Amino acid sequence: MNQPGKGMRVGLFATCVNDIMFPSAPKAVATILERLGCEVIFPTAQTCCGQMFTNTGYFSAGLATVRTYVEAFDGFDYVVSPSASCIGSVREQHPMLAEQGTGSTHASRHDRALLQRARRLAERSYDLSEFLIDILGVVDVGAVFPHKVTYHPTCHSLRVAHVGDRPLRLLRAVRGLQLIDLPDAYTCCGFGGTFCVKNPDVSVAMASAKAHNIIATGADYVVAGDNACLMNFGGLLHRDRASVKPIHLAEILAESRTS
Amino acid sequence: MNATTTRVTSRDAARLTPAPPPGLLEDSPVFPIAAKRELANSQLRNNLARATETIRTKRAIRVAEVPRWEDLRTAAEAIKNATLRHLDDYLLQAEANLIKAGAHVHWARDAAQADQIVVDLVKASGVDEIVKVKSMVTQEIEMNEALEAAGVAAWETDLAELIVQLGHDRPSHVLVPAIHRNRAEIRDIFVEEMGRYGTPAPDGLTDDPAELTAAARQHLRDKFLRARTSTSGGNFLVADTGTLVVVESEGNGRMCVTLPDTLISVVGIEKVVPTFEDLEVFMQLLPRSSTGERMNPYTSMWTGVTPGDGPQNVHVVLVDNGRTKALADPIGRQALRCIRCSACMNVCPIYGHVGGHAYGSVYPGPIGIILTPQLRGMSAPVDRSLPYASTLCGACVDVCPVKINFPEVIVHLRHKAADLKKADRRPHMETLVMGVVGWLFGRESRYTWVTTASGLVGRVLKAGLDGRQKFFGWLPWPATRWSQARDLPIPASQPFRRQWKKRSSSPGRTPEGLSSHDRDTEVRP
Ligand code: SF4
Repeated sequence: MNQPGKGMRVGLFATCVNDIMFPSAPKAVATILERLGCEVIFPTAQTCCGQMFTNTGYFSAGLATVRTYVEAFDGFDYVVSPSASCIGSVREQHPMLAEQGTGSTHASRHDRALLQRARRLAERSYDLSEFLIDILGVVDVGAVFPHKVTYHPTCHSLRVAHVGDRPLRLLRAVRGLQLIDLPDAYTCCGFGGTFCVKNPDVSVAMASAKAHNIIATGADYVVAGDNACLMNFGGLLHRDRASVKPIHLAEILAESRTS
Repeated sequence: MNATTTRVTSRDAARLTPAPPPGLLEDSPVFPIAAKRELANSQLRNNLARATETIRTKRAIRVAEVPRWEDLRTAAEAIKNATLRHLDDYLLQAEANLIKAGAHVHWARDAAQADQIVVDLVKASGVDEIVKVKSMVTQEIEMNEALEAAGVAAWETDLAELIVQLGHDRPSHVLVPAIHRNRAEIRDIFVEEMGRYGTPAPDGLTDDPAELTAAARQHLRDKFLRARTSTSGGNFLVADTGTLVVVESEGNGRMCVTLPDTLISVVGIEKVVPTFEDLEVFMQLLPRSSTGERMNPYTSMWTGVTPGDGPQNVHVVLVDNGRTKALADPIGRQALRCIRCSACMNVCPIYGHVGGHAYGSVYPGPIGIILTPQLRGMSAPVDRSLPYASTLCGACVDVCPVKINFPEVIVHLRHKAADLKKADRRPHMETLVMGVVGWLFGRESRYTWVTTASGLVGRVLKAGLDGRQKFFGWLPWPATRWSQARDLPIPASQPFRRQWKKRSSSPGRTPEGLSSHDRDTEVRP
């Protein structure tokens, strides 16, 4: 396999949900990127993108995670993450939060520097699918996954990170993979960060509709680029003893005969 | 009910028009509670699902026909922004041109003032009943109830508004106020109520749409012919000519703005557009976005008084009611660009599940959750809950013809709501959790306590040791909000950072040095 990533140093942003609950996703990202020649580093100063705080209205807690993110990744040319939602937050919200931080009259030079660094870092932060296609120029990562799969395009991947059809192009290049269309694919699954506990009844109603559509495809796996969404309808599928299994895009792309 | 309500709430004969549900909208339960109530109504969900699906599909087809749709949206956004930036100038220009054309202009700071102006004008016109063109701002200021209290009957003439009014109900949609009703329910309402307030429904009325429409037409006919005073809203107010524009589908509005002698238009101050040419943009965007039509059937435009033709006594009431407050907010003000097309609610998955009544607001759906808390302020619990009635999925962003960035405003309003909660004496669970978790996640050293603890939980419960994910099927309160219908994966026994550390210190540093994955790969029976 050729190694378009040769000589590239990539910072792996695992995200808190994956770090704590789904380590196989960041692990898969490391597998794929190293196979493509990248040097992958996990800076331990990283914590979380902070969107659960920011999106609930707690901007100062969000700002604290902007600092951990900048501290962890400032030295990298590329940051890659298995969550388009968290990358979306880095791009859209980190500069906004840093700017709020500089808004006060006692903003220090340090705060203003943070805004600059957050802005520049946002431009170097990528969702896995973007990094593979746009930076490494790879669509076929050499993966083999002989199963029936349906793809849920997450809202933030589409409308915040704007990854478009990149995940689908990557999936179509996987050997043996049979892709089945998901009805109503573009409708939100009802996770919504703290929405799922602040509005539990609506969240469950939305997740049920999503689960219903997933089951109707008859797929073996439902794939998405974000474990938070997979955890939402996956939790419902598990409760209902459905046979279809949630899986992260990175885990499929990491599957190869050689490993 | 609420002691502060002065409204006549019983269906007794003392009333002139059907009584709406008791209580004030501001006193509605918070969104999660009201949503739960509405979710229990499966009839409602079916009606809504069918209606919004149809309208969404129609919109998508009609929008796809326009090659430069995105340019139109950008133009609309720019026109509205420029107008709002100089709103004071444009309003004065509109006022001057209205007066020049023979109209009377009135300014109302809030709902009570607007209602008083309308009541006085109606009384001065010497009538005890009026006919109405469908209008959102008159719902917002609860004009019908103010008129009722003053002994004037206000009759809705839009078919869906008539269904709502006769049904002792509230609108649940900006464009299709009776979207929550199906044909059978409408038939029952007509049979039951029409006779009490005018021409009764014909004998043997069925739920055939043509028959229902004919019954409504029959019921409204006398009212139209008797009416000497009418009210309208206004979709647009053109500043450089003083022209008012009403866009509608049924022709009832055309009757209301032409037949009576006195016409009172109640218009929100954000409805002004600078020039007649600007209408070109909006008249292309509005019908396609709202009803999915290339062009709406009736567009009425009038500029003050035309001697000997139509109403000779023309009034315009310009209403603020919280709009200048919204205008003062650099992020929130974009909500004032709204042209009330309703596209955002038609694509909103939350609106689609719960309908308009869950919002405790005249404006439901995405626009409601960003506009109402700005217009009414956030002192009522329901108004603080509205910005949270969103998953931030952004479906509304894609369709809004004036390109409102909903997530941006929602997060901004949540920030305000959170600050209010923090300032509250009463402790809030949310503030507590966000404070603690935010503190933990704000620094690597503290965050690793969390991963250490979660890994410990995972190891004790043996999560992922055999390559499978395990789940909690039950969680204690308040996590029941998750676990009532969903299982939750047990945290990984080896958090990623721990796996990485081990790998880094092991020779070779191959990714395969990481432990086998925790994903559930079992095949269930
Ligand atoms: S916010 Fe936008 S989409 Fe919603 S009603 Fe207003 S103009 Fe239409």
